[in-house]
Amino acid sequence: MSTLGQTNTDAIAWFLGFVLITLGITYWAARRTRTTREYFAAGERISAVQNGFALAGDYMSAASFLGIAGLVATSGFDGLIYSVGWLVGWPVITFLIAEPLRNLGKYTFADVVAYRLKQKPVRIAAAASTLTVVTFYLIAQMVGAGNLIKLMFGLSYESALVLVGAVMLAYVLFGGMIATTWVQIIKAVLLLAGATLLAVLVLREFGWNPLNLFAAARDEYGAATLAPGKLVANPLEAVSLGIALMFGCAGLPHILMRFYTVPDAATARRSVAYATSLIGFFYLVTFILGFGASVLVGRKAITAVDAGGNMAAPLLAEVLGGTGFLGFISAVAFATILAVVAGLTLSGAAALAHDLWGHVVRKGKVDEAEQMKVARWATVGLAIVAIGLGLVFQGQNVAFMVGLAFSIAASANFPALLLSMLWGKLTTRGAVASMVTGTVSSLVLILLSPTVWKELLHFDEAVIPLKNPGIITVPLSFLVAIVVSLAKPEPEAQEGFKAAQRRMHLGPE
Amino acid sequence: MADDQEAELAALIRKKWRVGGVLTAIMMAAYFGFILLVAFGKDTAGTLLADDRISVGIVLGAVVILIAPILTAIYVRWANHQHDPPMAKLRSDRKKQQP
Repeated sequence: MSTLGQTNTDAIAWFLGFVLITLGITYWAARRTRTTREYFAAGERISAVQNGFALAGDYMSAASFLGIAGLVATSGFDGLIYSVGWLVGWPVITFLIAEPLRNLGKYTFADVVAYRLKQKPVRIAAAASTLTVVTFYLIAQMVGAGNLIKLMFGLSYESALVLVGAVMLAYVLFGGMIATTWVQIIKAVLLLAGATLLAVLVLREFGWNPLNLFAAARDEYGAATLAPGKLVANPLEAVSLGIALMFGCAGLPHILMRFYTVPDAATARRSVAYATSLIGFFYLVTFILGFGASVLVGRKAITAVDAGGNMAAPLLAEVLGGTGFLGFISAVAFATILAVVAGLTLSGAAALAHDLWGHVVRKGKVDEAEQMKVARWATVGLAIVAIGLGLVFQGQNVAFMVGLAFSIAASANFPALLLSMLWGKLTTRGAVASMVTGTVSSLVLILLSPTVWKELLHFDEAVIPLKNPGIITVPLSFLVAIVVSLAKPEPEAQEGFKAAQRRMHLGPE
Repeated sequence: MADDQEAELAALIRKKWRVGGVLTAIMMAAYFGFILLVAFGKDTAGTLLADDRISVGIVLGAVVILIAPILTAIYVRWANHQHDPPMAKLRSDRKKQQP
């Protein structure tokens, strides 16, 4: 019998240790956080390796650790399709986005899109899509956090949310990006170490050969467990989800924001390379964990604890390393949530304080102390919203919200961002129309999709048969941007392209 | 900026987008190829290898995961060695011309 759900003193000790150390770092960071450049960009002093780990820590959510391991454990090969999908956006960020973004922007991706366009409309549209992405991502994280912590620590859902919200708020409010970066680095190290150790313990059971592990899974669950199953029933669906994952990654505001924390474009480029390797390694490891759990814990035992299979990795830790190791892995999952939520909140605060307050309300002429104040209030507001939405969506299936966030990021942020860097003829209207189209079409199509229309609202037949609308919304946003821009050229924007290009590639002068 | 520098910069920028574009296309081909194989070629993806201890699908999935950091590393090497030096030279030439 598993001790999951009972008060685990090891888990609490590990977790308290993590919180104490990170709050200590926050105290240290708070004394170095006086300007908005420090609050949002850590003073641009983060190194490539540090940012690589922080990017990995910002990105690898509890969903990818517990969720993918669980999916592999309960349905075999199909889980691998997700592992691959979560990774393939990173090279795209490296090849197309990271360097020009770093050279052209300050705190948000709107800096880049608005560089040679009219500030006000672009900032409003970009802030709207950023806040939508951040909100949906936050809901998914908070609801997941509440459920997980309830399962692992035996804490009530509500107190779990308040705890996550309060600790996260302490990091971001006082320590800004410097504290957030270190929380993400420590979390990435703990998560990678925990997962690797777990995988080593699994492989030890199978003569250090993953093939023996797969063979054991095949013996127990049949050859079908190593083959594609029901997940990809509809090829169009699979490609659509793939588009959203691949290009959404390159449009996630909390990821893009991290490139402003390094000194220059070359460092930004190297930092994504580190992040890609770390995340790729992690997903390979999760695969071992998933199959390991299905063999060593057993599918029945896993789904008995949590129908979604989310407890596969923690249960595996308990089988292989006792309650002590279970406690460590539980604390790592908790830390994982904190780091992701902190990054999300900070990027939402940047959209509010920098894009909306600084550039729309104050038209770019904002006093430093005032912007800092707005940034801190925005952070407090977002933390309250996160806790509130977590409570509102308690007990709901919110897994689709991550897909929705990726879909909006892919269709509202990515096309406008890429075209603003690449295409001189892009106009203010074109960019705004594209961002609005991406946000609205994703929201509407998800509402009409089987996930919401059928499973949540209980209508008989979904209006749109696609669970993820990426295959429609991403091309549509590109098309709208191009058609609207060509319909009415904006000479000033085109004249500014040369200077923008110079800065994008040569760096600020 | 002098005309020939202007032209050199434009050529370097074109080259950079081309390299980034080609690598993006390779990544997309690998990933969507994998997805389409899984969707349309379930039997092929489910074919067992190595004494029936692994499937083609698992091998290819791991290969796609490995391709991502490898392509990224290739790009970083290219940018560090082929792209940055001429860019740095352009930058310093420009500085010299400015009073």
